Amino acid sequence: MSNRVWVVLQHREGQLPRIAWEAAAAAQKLAASLGVKAEAVLLGSGVGLAAADVAKLDLAAVHVADHDALRVYTPGSYIGALAPAIQAAAPAFVVFPHTYQTVDYMPRLAQAVGAGLLPEITAFEEKDGGLLWTRPVMGGKLQSKVRVKGEGTVLVSVQSGSFPADGVARGEAEVKPLEVDLAGVQPDREILGYEEVGGDTVDLTKADVIVAIGRGVGGADKMAPVEALARALGAEIAASRPVIDNGWLPRDRQIGSSGQTVAPKLYLAAGISGAIQHLVGMKGSSVIVAINKDPGAPIFTVAHYGIVGDLHEVLPALTEAILAAKG
Amino acid sequence: MKIAVCIKQVPNTEARLRVSRDGRWLDEEDLPFIINESDEYALEEGLRIAEKTGGEVVVFSLGPERVKEALRKALAVGAARAVHLSDPAFLGGDALAAGRALAAAIARDGFDLVLTGSQSDDVGYGGTGSVIAGHLGWPHVWLVMGVELEEGNGSAKVTREMESGVNEVSRVRLPAVLEIQAGLNHPRYASLKGIMAAKKKEIAAVTPADLGLDAAQVGEAGSRLEIVSVSFPASGKGAQMMSGDAKAAAVALVEKLQKEARVL
Repeated sequence: MSNRVWVVLQHREGQLPRIAWEAAAAAQKLAASLGVKAEAVLLGSGVGLAAADVAKLDLAAVHVADHDALRVYTPGSYIGALAPAIQAAAPAFVVFPHTYQTVDYMPRLAQAVGAGLLPEITAFEEKDGGLLWTRPVMGGKLQSKVRVKGEGTVLVSVQSGSFPADGVARGEAEVKPLEVDLAGVQPDREILGYEEVGGDTVDLTKADVIVAIGRGVGGADKMAPVEALARALGAEIAASRPVIDNGWLPRDRQIGSSGQTVAPKLYLAAGISGAIQHLVGMKGSSVIVAINKDPGAPIFTVAHYGIVGDLHEVLPALTEAILAAKG
Repeated sequence: MKIAVCIKQVPNTEARLRVSRDGRWLDEEDLPFIINESDEYALEEGLRIAEKTGGEVVVFSLGPERVKEALRKALAVGAARAVHLSDPAFLGGDALAAGRALAAAIARDGFDLVLTGSQSDDVGYGGTGSVIAGHLGWPHVWLVMGVELEEGNGSAKVTREMESGVNEVSRVRLPAVLEIQAGLNHPRYASLKGIMAAKKKEIAAVTPADLGLDAAQVGEAGSRLEIVSVSFPASGKGAQMMSGDAKAAAVALVEKLQKEARVL
């Protein structure tokens, strides 16, 4: 096995999302720890613009698989292109941004090439001559330290917000074709289309103040104190995923990786434990207040102010205090 | 249709969690276990499809003795029988090891469809269903928000959740593995009649040898990942905590938001 570190960069219409740059930064750091330079891999059709952007990074090379069969993503076509390339080059690590697309195909790619599978890492460190990786478990309530055993390539996905995108090192990289035969690449699902969810959508990104609730609210019939507080603050009401899945609020009120990403002046999270999928959607807020009855809830690690308590007691008290302060 | 549904029993994330003495996982004493959330939705979807097409659901789970409770619950809501990968050799595995074992168990019987949850609420690798599909050589879709069978066509119209409020709609040929996202349907509760009937239903225990697998290919021995330790993140790091009863804490918070953060 080689010491090579690859990073597969997801892009859309020539644009790389922030999490792709974060994955590139993580791959650079990982490569440096192995004494090499990272190499980027881009898949798609007409990826010239994205490749030119990536070529401005400090990388050993940018390998491009540019083919009509890769124009639309399916696991079958992406694995068809990447599996033989990984088997031929046998990199030590292949890094991916931890996106829904990555989770759709990375595990099966690992199975196909006999590689290790290390999803959703948030950090790594060198320890006892090896690497020790950090990833969330129990919905982010705990962190685990993980070691990889055995020989062979490891596929790693990097959670959003873990490696700052502006930490990516600039430089100059050569763009060349990925050495793989793409003639036999086949999709394994027939894409019929893409649809927007929700229809009537509330644009939460424009709100200055957001009151967000989680599972802890307890039911659709227990919203009165939340509504009263939102009125007192002039806030929009939003929620974490369990509230939406239970049908207590419509889907266009969801904050997080499968909902909206917001950064209001004030974000008040009540009854939200703070799974990483929620945190990625709100941790850029200027001021974060967390109210939760569990003092160990991960939401307190990103909050500026916290109250440990039952939201059904705290929210009415807060509404009263706000109205009193406003006179 | 004959449908295999894979479920995992996981600790209730809402419970009070304690790290085990060796620091490598949770202390399981007094820890409440439940069926993984997205797996409950997979089971419900399997039961609905089986009812509509006149088929049956066989439920599979990998784990220690306590997992029987989860399997019994699945039988009580309508699964026909259960297969329990109960041998200690199966335990402590990553998604690749679990997927290899479950695929071998599923392949012993003929199925038209395999349903799993999208991600476990404990270790959360999110890959077991896709690995099963890889071993079976079937297509798969992860994070499924809708399944519409196209009978006679041998396919299904499948809606997959993508980021930022967009769904992908695709046609997938069957048999396939669909990894169900929570929120797809409304899981049913067991009736008293169902609970009684479940007591008579079969839970078949299988070993690696039954599946034609070597013990070194499954569980901890067959995994590339090893959890060295788990810990709680530093609580309240950076957060100023307001103390006192609800009223005192609320008053203190409003003062901070007005005078310090200046957002009110």
